[in-house]
Amino acid sequence: MNIPSNLKYTKTDEWFDLATGKMGLSDYAQGQLSDIVFVEIVVAAGETVEQGKPIASVESVKAAAEAYGAASGKVVAINEELANSPEILNKDPYDAGWMVQIEGGDASGLMDAAAYQKYCEERAH
Amino acid sequence: MNYIPISPKERDAMLATIGVKSMEELFRDVPKKHRFPKLDLPPALTEMEVAAELNELALGNENIRTDLVSFLGAGAYNHYIPAVVDHILRRGEFYTAYTPYQPEISQGTLQAIFEYQSLIAALTSMEVSNASHYDGATAVAESVNMAYAQFRGKRTKVVISPAVHPQYRETLRTYVQGMDLTLAGDDPETVSSEQLSVNSLEALVDENTALVIVQYPDFFGRIYDYTALIEAAHAAGALVCVAANPTALALFKTPGEMGADMVVGEGQPLGIPLSYGGPYLGFFTTRKQYIHKMAGRLVGETVDNRGQRAYVLTLTAREQHIKRERATSNICTNQGLMALASAVYMSLLGQTGLRQVAELCYHKAHYAAKNISKIKGYSLCFDTPFFHEFSVCCPQPVEAINDHLLEHGILGGYDLGRDYPSLKDHMLIAVTEMNTKDEIDALVDALAEVNHD
Repeated sequence: MNIPSNLKYTKTDEWFDLATGKMGLSDYAQGQLSDIVFVEIVVAAGETVEQGKPIASVESVKAAAEAYGAASGKVVAINEELANSPEILNKDPYDAGWMVQIEGGDASGLMDAAAYQKYCEERAH
Repeated sequence: MNYIPISPKERDAMLATIGVKSMEELFRDVPKKHRFPKLDLPPALTEMEVAAELNELALGNENIRTDLVSFLGAGAYNHYIPAVVDHILRRGEFYTAYTPYQPEISQGTLQAIFEYQSLIAALTSMEVSNASHYDGATAVAESVNMAYAQFRGKRTKVVISPAVHPQYRETLRTYVQGMDLTLAGDDPETVSSEQLSVNSLEALVDENTALVIVQYPDFFGRIYDYTALIEAAHAAGALVCVAANPTALALFKTPGEMGADMVVGEGQPLGIPLSYGGPYLGFFTTRKQYIHKMAGRLVGETVDNRGQRAYVLTLTAREQHIKRERATSNICTNQGLMALASAVYMSLLGQTGLRQVAELCYHKAHYAAKNISKIKGYSLCFDTPFFHEFSVCCPQPVEAINDHLLEHGILGGYDLGRDYPSLKDHMLIAVTEMNTKDEIDALVDALAEVNHD
C-alpha cells in the first residue's frame, strides 16, 4: 500500500497536499473500491468547500462512495480529466488522480502518513 | 418450487427459536381488542358461487372488442394486438412481471429487456433506453428527477406545456411536492389559443430552468417540430424532455432527431390492451452522458468468462439499494411483462409494419376529421397538423353528444372541458387502424343527428 509521507490523510481516506492544496482518494480507498467506472465532482471552481462535506461521487463496479473535503477553503480547480477517464483514480491516485485543488485550506485534524498507515492496518483486521 | 404451507411442528420450532411459548405470547404487545376485530363480511361462498357472481358482474361491462366502437383516446389507444404477443407473454418462463432478484441467472428475461431497450432506442432515435417504468405519467415524472439531479438541485424551475396530458401533469405535481422545484407553464387556461404552443414556452425558459417538458403529438393530437424550442432551451443550459406517442414516431421526425435530451412516454399503444388502471408501460430514453442520473434498471450486453454473449444488469451502483438516499430516484424496478409485450409487438411488426399502422391511423383520422368538420355546427379547433387524434368544437355539451353516440354503440371522444375549462364543448377524437370506414361514417352520421335533435 502506497502512502506518500509528504501528504496528510483523512479518516474517510482522502489525501491532502499542504504544498499544492490538491486532494484526492488514497491508494487504500481505490483498492477497496476496485475498478472505478464513474466520477462526478460535485463542486465547481470558485465555490467554497468544507472539511467533511461531499466533493465528489465515485462509483466502482461494486460500490458507490462519496469523497469528502479534506480541508475547508475555496476551490480553485477541479480535475476535468476524471470525468472521461475515471480509471485514473485506480492507476495513479496521488498524482494524475487529484480531484480538486483547494486554496486557503484549513487542514487541521488530518493524520500524517505514519498515523494513516496505522489506521489502515487496524481496519484490515 | 412447490408451495409448502407451514406445519404446526414448524411453527413450534420457529416460536422456540425466537423464544416465545405460544402465538398468544407472540402477539401480546397488540391489545387484545385489536387482535381479531369482527369483520362485517357476508357468509363465505363456494368457488362455484363466486365464479357465477363474478361472471355476472363482468357481463355488465361493455367492451370495445364486441360491444362498442371506440373513438376514445386521450393517452390510451385501441390498436390491434397480434395473437403471438399474448402467446409469448403467457409462457411460464416469462410470466412474471418482475425482474428476478438474482437477475443474471435469468438470461432470457434480461435478453428480452435488452431487446426492448434496443427497439425503444431505435424508435425514439435516442442512445439509451432504461428497462421501463410503470406508465407514461411516471416516466414523465422521472425526467424531472433526472434533470433535478443533473443540476444538483441548483436549477429549480421546470417548464411544462399545458398541452401535456393532464394526468401526467397531475402525477408530476405529486412528485415535486416535497422538492424545491416550481412548475411554470402548468396553466390549462392558456390552451385555447394557437400560440400556446412553442413561443410562450420559450419565453418561460431562463437560467434557473432545469427542464422543459412538451408532448408529441400533444394532448390535443397536434404535431409540432420542437427543434427551435429545444435549441433555445439548450442555449439557456436547460434540458428538454419530450413525452411521445410511440406509434407516431414510426411516421414523423423523432424527438431524438429534434435534439431532445430525454424521450419518454406511454408504451401502451405497442401491443398492450386497453384496461382501466393498467398495467401499462412507461418508456424512458436519454443520451449516454446522462445515464448515471437515469432512474430504473438498465440491461447491458457483455461476454462471460468463456467469451460467450451474456446479459447483465449494468450501472446498478446508481440505484437506491446501493446509493441509498443519494440515489436520484427510488425506482429500481421495471414493468417487465409489458416491456416484453411491446418488444414482441415491435419486432413482429418491424419498421415497415409499425409505419403501416401509423399511416393507417393518420389517414383514417384525417378522413374522419374532414367529414366531421363538414357537419353543420362542428369544426376543428386547431389548424395545426395532427396525427391520429384531433379536437372538435361541438354544438352541444360533449356529455350529451356521447350519450347519444352510446345509443348507437359508439364510445365517443374525450370531453376536453373536464381538464380545460376554456375548452367546454370540445371533444378529442381518436381514430386508429381498428376503425373501419363504415364505423367512421357511422360516427359522422350520429354526430350529425345530434345537431338535428
